[in-house]
Amino acid sequence: MKKVIMGNHALSWGATLARAQVIAAYPITPQTQVVELLSEMCASKKLDAKFIKVESEHSAMAACIAASMAGARTFTATSAQGLALMHELLHWASGGRNPIVMGDINRAMAPGWSIWTDQNDSLSQRDTGWIQFYCASNQEVLDTVIQAFKVSEALMIPSMVILDAFAISHTYEVVDIPDQDKVDAYLPRFNPPFRITPADPHAFGGLTGPENYFELRYKLQVDMEKAPALIEETGREYERAFGRYLGLVEDYRCDDAELILVTSGTAGYTARVAVDALRADGVKAGNLRIKVFRPFPFEEVRRIAGRAKKIAVVDRNVSYGHHGIFYQEVKSALYGHDHGVPVFGFITGLGGRDITVDSFREVAQQALSKPQPDREITWIGVKG
Amino acid sequence: MKKEKTMKLSLPVEELMTSGHLACQGCGATLAMRYVLKALGQKTALCIPACCWSVIDGPFPHSTLDVPIFHCAFETAAASASGLKAGLEMVGDTETTVVAWAGDGGTFDIGIQALSGAAERNDDIIYVCYDNEAYMNTGIQRSSATPYGAWTTTTPVKHFKNRPKKDIDAIMAAHRIPYQATANTSYPEDLFRKMKKAKEIKGTRFFHIYAPCPTGWKSRPEDTIKLGRMVVQNCIFPLFEVENGENYAINIKPREKKPINDYIRLQGRFHHLKDDDIRLMQDETDRNWERLLKRAEAK
Repeated sequence: MKKVIMGNHALSWGATLARAQVIAAYPITPQTQVVELLSEMCASKKLDAKFIKVESEHSAMAACIAASMAGARTFTATSAQGLALMHELLHWASGGRNPIVMGDINRAMAPGWSIWTDQNDSLSQRDTGWIQFYCASNQEVLDTVIQAFKVSEALMIPSMVILDAFAISHTYEVVDIPDQDKVDAYLPRFNPPFRITPADPHAFGGLTGPENYFELRYKLQVDMEKAPALIEETGREYERAFGRYLGLVEDYRCDDAELILVTSGTAGYTARVAVDALRADGVKAGNLRIKVFRPFPFEEVRRIAGRAKKIAVVDRNVSYGHHGIFYQEVKSALYGHDHGVPVFGFITGLGGRDITVDSFREVAQQALSKPQPDREITWIGVKG
Repeated sequence: MKKEKTMKLSLPVEELMTSGHLACQGCGATLAMRYVLKALGQKTALCIPACCWSVIDGPFPHSTLDVPIFHCAFETAAASASGLKAGLEMVGDTETTVVAWAGDGGTFDIGIQALSGAAERNDDIIYVCYDNEAYMNTGIQRSSATPYGAWTTTTPVKHFKNRPKKDIDAIMAAHRIPYQATANTSYPEDLFRKMKKAKEIKGTRFFHIYAPCPTGWKSRPEDTIKLGRMVVQNCIFPLFEVENGENYAINIKPREKKPINDYIRLQGRFHHLKDDDIRLMQDETDRNWERLLKRAEAK
């Protein structure tokens, strides 16, 4: 069934088709439509779930974690300040191995108050042990929610499905909504190996001394390392069922590219248009859109970006005192494998400033005009 | 023929708390758990945030209880219990009683937002606050449950706590929850009866249990039960229950209200207090008791 829906509703549809059983959420712009539609789905019994209308994002994540401990499939969605408020519990969810799926609408952090997009909210949660998917279209959002549950529940690691404020959240696109029975076949019921039940009483998360804690974290990393192969495998399975592949990265005209623009989120689709424009001007450009940020797709980035003559990473985020965060990560992936490919780092589009085809033209011009980066960060579009 | 002696037990023999716990001697919180579980039975699941009980139960992989425990974040006891109840119901378990089990810091202070949220929603949980009147697990720091006059490591004797204890019972009554009660391990039959009653009620139920802490109060472990008797007789911690935030019933009214002096003098945390300070505490106790009597009469 094809429907014209907003990006936020793509999250709600994903959670509904995945038959989420417990939803606990708190409203925040620009996430509200996600929970509004889910409230309606629950009220009309289209979705057989309990919706806990909590008093904060902190309680939202706490309730999701506990519901997951009971063996229920759980979903929530938030943005920016709400995600930051959850921070403590993001560690709790991954450390407790609760395969919660959460939508995060990328919104810039205050102050000053901003409701527009950038990635500093989700990237600040980089080290919390969550899988992070950065989406670029409404269709990808819906599909990824379903895939994320499958991956998360196989690994017992939570997932964040991330979309740009407004550029996706409030933008309407045609979305193919899969049939419920096909989704059920793709995503069977959640059946965790351990759960809280008086029938088999255990204490979960108790005091854990140095003799045990280390191994618990080691196992989390070992399972996180299984995610790339599993994402590809479940992505191919999704393609067989629904006709759309869901991978770790998406490359566009990279085969013979001399300059690869590395992007994430909706900037990736703008970059495709820019690639075509640059090629019309005689520049052999390509785009590598990184969809999965955690775990980082080392091999794909090395394989695709590593063969270009130059790489330009465009970040809609900043690690103050260091670089753009995708720039750091790409360099780290290429280190020791890069055959000396120069990697340039650009930052643009913070707080919802538009990233346009011209932004990428400037990126390309800067990267092509120098043999090596001559500064740590090149800012695009900063007013003088 | 020898006459057979029989003894009538007022509480079930079945124990859901076994040996091996890590509590200090004379710990009121430990007795509270034992009695509460006797009332609720095995089909119970606990959400325990950071508090003494997150240590008392024993380190991973041990547990002193025969019911499941979810060790949750400090400020999330109520939200975790709401989520656990919803999750259990969605996987087909509608019978298990879900209990948030938190200390006074996790209830009066850091957890009050989540507690207020759950109570306003009337989520189907029992919230138990065992009140030892300070952050005891972290080493005796003042909380908003610490009474006026008390020494703690953050309210040294030269600057003892100069504000009264927060009235958590009135705060919870203002939420109009179906049932709430105070309780005390020195009156186990009263605690048991009220917990049994609460188990049969749907919605948010709140228990405020007085829990002496010899370590933090500088009292003798063997005085724990005595202290619990005294606070009821001197009306510092009266035993009462409230239905729907309005209908107050006092469970035990002392025939003769005792002065608080003997109670104060049994605890090292009050040793620095002068007679004038104790008089202030007596005045506050009297005012609180009068207020409670009025509320109970008004029903």
